[in-house]
Amino acid sequence: MIPLSWYLIFAAALFSIGLFGVLSRKNAIAILMGIELMLNSVNINLLAFWRYRAVEGIAGQAFAIIVFAVAAAEVAVGLSLIISIYRRNKTVVADDIHQMEG
Amino acid sequence: MAPEQIIFIVAAAVTLVAALFVVATKNLIHAAFWLILALFGVAVTYVLLQAGFIAVVQVVVYIGAISILFIFAAMLTRKVMQDTGPQNNPNWWLAALIALVFLAGLVLMLLGIPGIHDQAPALAGDANPIQQLGEQLVSADHYLLPFELASVLLVAAMIGAIYVAWEKKR
Repeated sequence: MIPLSWYLIFAAALFSIGLFGVLSRKNAIAILMGIELMLNSVNINLLAFWRYRAVEGIAGQAFAIIVFAVAAAEVAVGLSLIISIYRRNKTVVADDIHQMEG
Repeated sequence: MAPEQIIFIVAAAVTLVAALFVVATKNLIHAAFWLILALFGVAVTYVLLQAGFIAVVQVVVYIGAISILFIFAAMLTRKVMQDTGPQNNPNWWLAALIALVFLAGLVLMLLGIPGIHDQAPALAGDANPIQQLGEQLVSADHYLLPFELASVLLVAAMIGAIYVAWEKKR
């Protein structure tokens, strides 16, 4: 059977890959993809701890479902913001967007 | 090795390779397709964790809705990037260094947790996590308030997304 550490290390590796994507990509849509990878690794952690430490309750699964809802809302708003910025500035490169700079 | 271990290793390897392509490939549409593969691998690990409902939600919400949104956004903004030139910052090596240090720190910390190599406790014979989840999500003693707050959040996000992306006629 699978020990708990396998899931946690797998989730840590997935989170690090997502972090690298968020920090290194130029395109704002690719940055959002990195955030999705990080959210998925967090969900793996939540469900692994639910299964191995608190299986008599259901808190881990309920938490994971709330994370799904928040992720869906975040992607919808984020992508509509990116499309709106693209329409005004003709760019999706995160470095070139400076309307909010002081 | 037990069959579960083999399935886990294959799913984890496929997920990590696909995730690496998501952050490294030049073509954004290809990155979206690699993202779908990575999300499938994560769904397989949910099944191995005996969270069947979450795995189905992963396939429906992430693969069915969110990745389609990504593909649409990538196609709508395609003209500018044109898949040429570098897709990464000039100081991407610093990002890679930060991610590697972060991973090393996390793994060191995880291996120090007592009982990290435990096996999963057996489910009770009459336990039914899906029924339990369905009952507790809408029971006032448990998770009714977060559930309703999530629906309010989704409505707010929907209205906000429509408003922000609306093309004003001049």
